[in-house]
Amino acid sequence: MATLTVNGTERRYDGDGDMPLLWFLRDELGLTGTKFGCGQALCGACTVHVDGSAVRACQTPISSIEGAKVTTIEGLSGTGEHPVQVAWRELNVSQCGYCQAGQIMQAASLLKDIPNPGDDDIDTAMSGNLCRCGTYPRIRAAIKQAAKGGRT
Amino acid sequence: MIENISRRGLLAGFGAGGLVLAIGIPSAQAQAKGFGADGMPNGWRDDPKLFIALDEDGTVTVTCHRSEMGQGVRTSIPMVVAEEMEADWAKIRVAQAWADEGHFGNQDTDGSRSLRHFFMPMRHAGAAARMMLEQAAAAQWGVPVAEVKAANHVVSHQATQRSLGYGALAKAAADLPAPERSGLRLKDPASFRLIGKDTIGLLDNRDITTGRAIYGIDARAEGMYHAVVARPPVFGGKVTSFDAAEALKVPGVVKVIAIDPPAIPSEFQPLGGIAVIARNTWSAMQGRDRLKISWEDGPHASYSSVPYRAALEAAARQPAKVVRNGGDVDKAMAGAAKKVEAEYYIPHLAQTPLEPPAALVRISNGVCEAWACTQAPQATRTRLAERLKLPEDKVRVNVTLLGGGFGRKSKPDFVLEAGLCSQAMDGAPVKVTWTREDDIHHGFYHTVSVERIEAGLDAGGKPVAWLHRSAAPTIGSIFAPDPKHELPFELGMGLVNTPFAIPNIRIENPEAQAHARIGWFRSVSNIPHAFAIQSFVAELAHAAGRDPKDYLLELIGPARVVDPTSIGDVWNHGEDPQRYPIDTGRLRRVVEAAAAGIGWGRAMPAGRGLGIAGHYSFVSHVAVAVEVEVGARGALTIPRVDIAIDCGPQVNPERIRSQMEGAVVMGVGLATSAEITFRDGRVEQNNFDGYELTRMESTPRDIRVHLVPSGRYDGPLGGVGEPGLPPVAPAIANAVFAASGKRIRQLPIRDQLTT
Repeated sequence: MATLTVNGTERRYDGDGDMPLLWFLRDELGLTGTKFGCGQALCGACTVHVDGSAVRACQTPISSIEGAKVTTIEGLSGTGEHPVQVAWRELNVSQCGYCQAGQIMQAASLLKDIPNPGDDDIDTAMSGNLCRCGTYPRIRAAIKQAAKGGRT
Repeated sequence: MIENISRRGLLAGFGAGGLVLAIGIPSAQAQAKGFGADGMPNGWRDDPKLFIALDEDGTVTVTCHRSEMGQGVRTSIPMVVAEEMEADWAKIRVAQAWADEGHFGNQDTDGSRSLRHFFMPMRHAGAAARMMLEQAAAAQWGVPVAEVKAANHVVSHQATQRSLGYGALAKAAADLPAPERSGLRLKDPASFRLIGKDTIGLLDNRDITTGRAIYGIDARAEGMYHAVVARPPVFGGKVTSFDAAEALKVPGVVKVIAIDPPAIPSEFQPLGGIAVIARNTWSAMQGRDRLKISWEDGPHASYSSVPYRAALEAAARQPAKVVRNGGDVDKAMAGAAKKVEAEYYIPHLAQTPLEPPAALVRISNGVCEAWACTQAPQATRTRLAERLKLPEDKVRVNVTLLGGGFGRKSKPDFVLEAGLCSQAMDGAPVKVTWTREDDIHHGFYHTVSVERIEAGLDAGGKPVAWLHRSAAPTIGSIFAPDPKHELPFELGMGLVNTPFAIPNIRIENPEAQAHARIGWFRSVSNIPHAFAIQSFVAELAHAAGRDPKDYLLELIGPARVVDPTSIGDVWNHGEDPQRYPIDTGRLRRVVEAAAAGIGWGRAMPAGRGLGIAGHYSFVSHVAVAVEVEVGARGALTIPRVDIAIDCGPQVNPERIRSQMEGAVVMGVGLATSAEITFRDGRVEQNNFDGYELTRMESTPRDIRVHLVPSGRYDGPLGGVGEPGLPPVAPAIANAVFAASGKRIRQLPIRDQLTT
């Protein structure tokens, strides 16, 4: 049995401890904002924050995060007004939108670590997150806009 | 055989004929039905009552009957309606239509035609709604309707200073009959506030950025199960025996069922195999890992990409079926001062939308309900009804958002799998999820091709003869037994309809047999055709000692209008050749715009080079200019790309830009890293480690989109979703040559510059 806090709510799980956090979030809790893209930590669609750090939920067994605090896209901000979310909307970053929860969680983590990232920082932090639609130019621009505190 | 499918389908109402016609295989029926949206199954509707709902609080809900997969149609269609309706954009909501072409008109979201076909019907619907609101207000005030005017969600009567909001008029307007189409007054485009403006935010922005957007894989229902399927590792294979005992011991696994293999041609049917149904996805995956299955591989077990390429090359070096012939190529070639020839190889690709195929189906009281990320809602519904042996009116398909489509989700095999699983569970809701490995191993792949081109140049370096042989297995192979030639819609994707001013042109299509499921991939056959032709033009320029951009413009020739049927294109993207002729002046203009954008002709430091390519597809014109750097050890970087599009009148320029940006990014991936290969009938790649897509670090830092203005809003629109992609790879290859002297004739480039 595992106990963890997801978006501020304590959750218990008494099934297979090897089950990745991704499927616990999606199938057991119904938090479908965290996406399945590859199952091998190759695409970043499942990125969530565990104790404040960006991790790939598809490669995080529940048993490995006993007691942890998990934040998903649904819990990134109460109102959807995190600066990264706002910048994503202002620049119309999304195309299909499927990867964007993972991109936003990764970008939020980047800005926490490096409040004013340069292009190389963005490459390093974001290259694990695939976008098949090719929204990378706008992701880069939105990260810079969020870093500057909004629309310029 | 295609004809037979068409007839059978049409007799059945919808069905195979619909889909076959949708991909543009000409038939007597299609031509009788007309061009454009008239030529599509179930045509088009413009009844405002089908698409627009107005609440008494003034909220306008626009029903979008086309699938959203990133092209922005759930924003762009409401924009068109809101514009003509004079609605306040802040009061617009969007709802997704369920699958019902009898009700909504054609819903096949493919071929870059949603706005091309539905711009005018949606303008009509919006204008009709506006006129109904004006009529309702005039009746209430007892004044002539000509004296009232709707603007920005309010109807006013200037003479008496009266006005009513749309919400207050909702009920009265809804009771009125929709005006006749012939009496509709469309807005003057000069007064557009939304159409053609760059300012509209996506209606789904908030849901996407907060994790509330629902894709097929996110569908949920009370008491649902989750399933994954073990499919034959080789296309055409089947299960000979299986043992599910260990799988059934996995906690959470509730049932294991067999899915029958399809008859061949398999069209959109599931591949068959063994489905594991469980309480959650993880348990289903664990159960599948423990299945013991004996497979019989079937007729394609020896399909391997290396020898297959050699076979295509051999075919391309022999005379073959002539699909276009102008002048006398042999004579002109014999008299040419110089001959140039080249062969290009373009591999299979997988669409790999980031949301893998997934769908939820339940069957309750004889009614089947599906939630699916489908580009082909009506085909999904029809195939579900057939496969589950239910009347079509007992099947409802709810269209979710699509986490990317790129052609993969035009094929509803995954939804049928969910239907069969639900049936096996007495109708309980079952969601089938494809893993990424499933998606890469069991896809509908972009074709693989060898393109061989020979040209004869005169003493001045000008081509006098052009011979192109295109060898590639056809998409027709999923619809008919073993066809060996490209179909008209494939030939018409930038092969026969290349409008070069060369006096002697012959185009041939050698035989090629399909050994895997071949399917549409964004831009389809334009990818290999454009790569070969636009690379070869640069090769000719080099042979002639000319500037590649000037040479390309010379080959395109002077601005002129060409009837596509006069050069062997009987398809013309399904459009009327009179309304949509080939206009070489428009192709010239995008080439010039891309060249001007990147600063063509500027001095380049060592190791840097510029390349250019232009291509006409989906009745739009696109050119791409690229700057690359090839390092001393062959490392390739692409700092800058300029892409110019003329897609006719622009409805949502902001989304046109995003589609062009995305096309550049996808084009970088297929040019440099992405390839699907087969060995012994099996796909060799498994996931995004072996099948490499563009990532942030490999994306050009400077991508500039140039929208070339063209056409009036009452004129023909071009496509946007697909035409950006084809010229990207050849422009990169041409830039690589300029930078390094290394000519790329095989995609992807991968390590060709370092070895």
